[in-house]
Amino acid sequence: MSASLEIQLIAVLVAVACALPGVFLILRGMAMMSDAISHAILPGIVIAFLITGNLSSGWLILGAGLSGVLTVALVEVLRTTGLLKEDAAIGIVFPALFSLGVVLIAVFAGDVHLDTDAVLLGELAFAPFDRHVILGREVPRAAVVMAIILVINAAFITLFYKELKMSTFDVALASSFGFAPSVLHYGLMALVSTTAVGAFDAVGSILVVALMVAPPAAAYLLTRRLSSMLVWSALIGCLVAVGGYWMARLLDASIAGSMATMAGILFMIVLAFAPSRSSGSRRGRA
Amino acid sequence: MMDAISTLFSDYTVRTVALGATLLGITAGALGCFAMLRRQSLLGDAISHAALPGIAIAFLITGSKSPLVLVLGAGLAGWFGTFLITGLTRRTRITHDTALAMLLSVFFGFGLMLLTFIQRRPDANQAGLDSFLFGQAAALMQRDIQVMFGIGCVVLFLMTLFWKEFKLISFDAEAAHTLGLPVRALDHLLTALFVSAIVIGLQTVGVVLMSAMIIAPAAAARQWTDRLWVMMGLAAFFGAVSGVGGVLSSGLVPHLPTGPAIVLFISAIVVFSLLFAPNRGLAFRMMRQWRSGQEFRVDAVLVDMYRLASQHETVDHPHSEQVLNAMSGNARRTLHLLETLGLAQRIDDEHWALTESGTERARGLVEKRWGEGP
Amino acid sequence: MNDIHSDETAIEVRDLTVAYGQQPVLWDVDVSVPKGVLLAVLGPNGAGKTTFIKSILDLVPVAGGSIRIHGRPYRRNRSRVAYVPQRGSVDWDFPTHVLDVVEMGTYGRLGWFRRPGAAEREQALKALAQVEMTAYAHRQISQLSGGQQQRVFLARALVQDAEVYLMDEPFQGVDATTERTIVELLKRLRERGKTVVVVHHDLQTVQEYFDHVLLLNGRRIAAGPVAEVFTEENLRATYGGRVAFLSSLLTQRAP
Repeated sequence: MSASLEIQLIAVLVAVACALPGVFLILRGMAMMSDAISHAILPGIVIAFLITGNLSSGWLILGAGLSGVLTVALVEVLRTTGLLKEDAAIGIVFPALFSLGVVLIAVFAGDVHLDTDAVLLGELAFAPFDRHVILGREVPRAAVVMAIILVINAAFITLFYKELKMSTFDVALASSFGFAPSVLHYGLMALVSTTAVGAFDAVGSILVVALMVAPPAAAYLLTRRLSSMLVWSALIGCLVAVGGYWMARLLDASIAGSMATMAGILFMIVLAFAPSRSSGSRRGRA
Repeated sequence: MMDAISTLFSDYTVRTVALGATLLGITAGALGCFAMLRRQSLLGDAISHAALPGIAIAFLITGSKSPLVLVLGAGLAGWFGTFLITGLTRRTRITHDTALAMLLSVFFGFGLMLLTFIQRRPDANQAGLDSFLFGQAAALMQRDIQVMFGIGCVVLFLMTLFWKEFKLISFDAEAAHTLGLPVRALDHLLTALFVSAIVIGLQTVGVVLMSAMIIAPAAAARQWTDRLWVMMGLAAFFGAVSGVGGVLSSGLVPHLPTGPAIVLFISAIVVFSLLFAPNRGLAFRMMRQWRSGQEFRVDAVLVDMYRLASQHETVDHPHSEQVLNAMSGNARRTLHLLETLGLAQRIDDEHWALTESGTERARGLVEKRWGEGP
Repeated sequence: MNDIHSDETAIEVRDLTVAYGQQPVLWDVDVSVPKGVLLAVLGPNGAGKTTFIKSILDLVPVAGGSIRIHGRPYRRNRSRVAYVPQRGSVDWDFPTHVLDVVEMGTYGRLGWFRRPGAAEREQALKALAQVEMTAYAHRQISQLSGGQQQRVFLARALVQDAEVYLMDEPFQGVDATTERTIVELLKRLRERGKTVVVVHHDLQTVQEYFDHVLLLNGRRIAAGPVAEVFTEENLRATYGGRVAFLSSLLTQRAP
């Protein structure tokens, strides 16, 4: 397989893996949580790295998952004190954690390949060089990691489909059925965190946000059914990945940046041609 | 330590950087109060990310890296970003938070694409543009400070000028409309000031951390006061202090980057304020709860004793601890507390009675709280 | 300024239609509210009561129809109208105190760049006295009970010294003391010839508190003096079958 194809494959895997949990994020009004989590996982990664001394260890993903969940919990704690509104809590927690991560890198791990540029921006073009041997074949590590994460995401959503659906639309009803919405909530957040860490190795944390939010938002304009929204998001994610890659080739620019731009362009196209553009009955009236 | 700090301050670069960080802290801190109160805390994050393509485009068009040009580009892009967010939220089914997240990531990605595009052009000397990503306080120069100072002064002046209007649209925009204020125009003006406060900080703390400079000082200040103008003053002060603190500590600790250091400083101030601010702080709240819990138990046992006694002919009739335990849970600790307060007295190992002042207090309580006579 | 119309009519609503997106909330509503009456706006949830008030105030876009206050469009007669929003429409944790909120009622006539001074403070204190909140003037607004918050909003409207008062559910979730204070205030306003329009929920108190009603359910069901309009038939048309208990109430209190 050529490097170009491999990059596109990884990009598609990342895009679909991000789009699936992203659907639930935007339906639950938590889109900004993807931004918070994708930044706040940094200290988890750094601490796991400082302990294990290994950049490709599974502990890094665990550390990231934990700090993602910690972010969500911290925001929740701050909100329940009543001293801060939720948006202010988010806006304070993630820069603090991200700064902590940056400081830890700068002070303790200054000379390792874990610089903040890479964390934030990623560099997909280098992904094919980092290879692993699996089943006798050499494959890019990023592809393997993202494939595993994609399978986990798809499995989680399939297994808990009706629970997720119900707890997204009616928390009270879901908990009265004994579905423990908070467990699902944290499960989903852990999913977002691991997806973010897997993805940002390849594409950087900001693109994770673009891939988690833009394709589901476009899908949201196209359909009102959850199942078809998941499918549309995945499809749009694929388009974003491939289109973004070729745009980057054309302009000789960053692949991550081009994919985010492509996500924005596709969203605008959908917005222009979506069947129902009006805000409909969603706007409340008192 | 003090020596090291005074040496730092005599350094021209450090003085410049500290001055810049202070200016930024004051402007962002004060404006952040309005942002937080209007539930726009995360808008700052979106604006700072949205500014990136503006910087790149300004450079592509003018080929200049003068701070005024870049700040202008950043400002226009940031302002356009908020415009898009409002439009998407108003006119489509997309919710506000989705619009924010999408805009910030797409604009940022677009900016990144442009930056890498510029980087790979053979003719362009783009060095310095990417300092906007993470901020490079150490690279601040005299002319940067001049721009920051100029914009900061204009922003603060306009904020004081339209103080009562901004306060009203932040508290109750509908009432402002019915009172005849041009709410939408004021809203645009406040957003423009907000964007200005953000763009002057990008070079110091960077796109990613700028949102903390907006919200955190306001969030900390809110805990200490219930007056808006005091809150603004405090927020500006906290912003300035963490600016200077961040610059100094990054000068003292090798490899410590300035932007994140500033953010960690202001975050620490937030945590301290949430815990220890009088009245609102969590420590105070817990103390109050504990105290009122104590008071409640004291009163409950007093009233129990009083009711028991009223079944006998004398009010100071002694009761056994067991009976009191049965009436209001474990009463022993509370009984000892009553004794130190002089409201009850111990008769023997097992028996307790009300004192005179205890009887009086109990009678008052029964009449007031339970609305009944003895 | 005083055309013939404005002599007897405070609010004239013609063919008012309001829609959110494609969903109409009010269709073709015609109402004329005479000066100096206490009017209750009644209707089930989602009937468009709040929308009705907000469309008079130009707070929601109107799809069609016309609204006149004392014979002129609202925009040119704004200072004659005061608004008491629902309590829940603002953040009560906002860092400000009672007197300051009441003073906000003067911002309209203060104009640009002028700060409220001693005169505004005096007006605010007077308004607070009318709602029996003088003792709370310097209280932080988050420390108020629901009823007290409502009274602060009423005081802010009083400061405006308007001719027409529009109130959105002022009785919602308030204590008995506040309810009495509001009722007395409404009567005093009527004595001074003011017109008051109140979105109301409690059908049991309508006959006692108000002299005109407007029954809404998307459309105007009926409007006019309580004695003529507040009938079982009209209520049934407004609320559907859900007002069985009302017939007893009506016969009981009928004059």
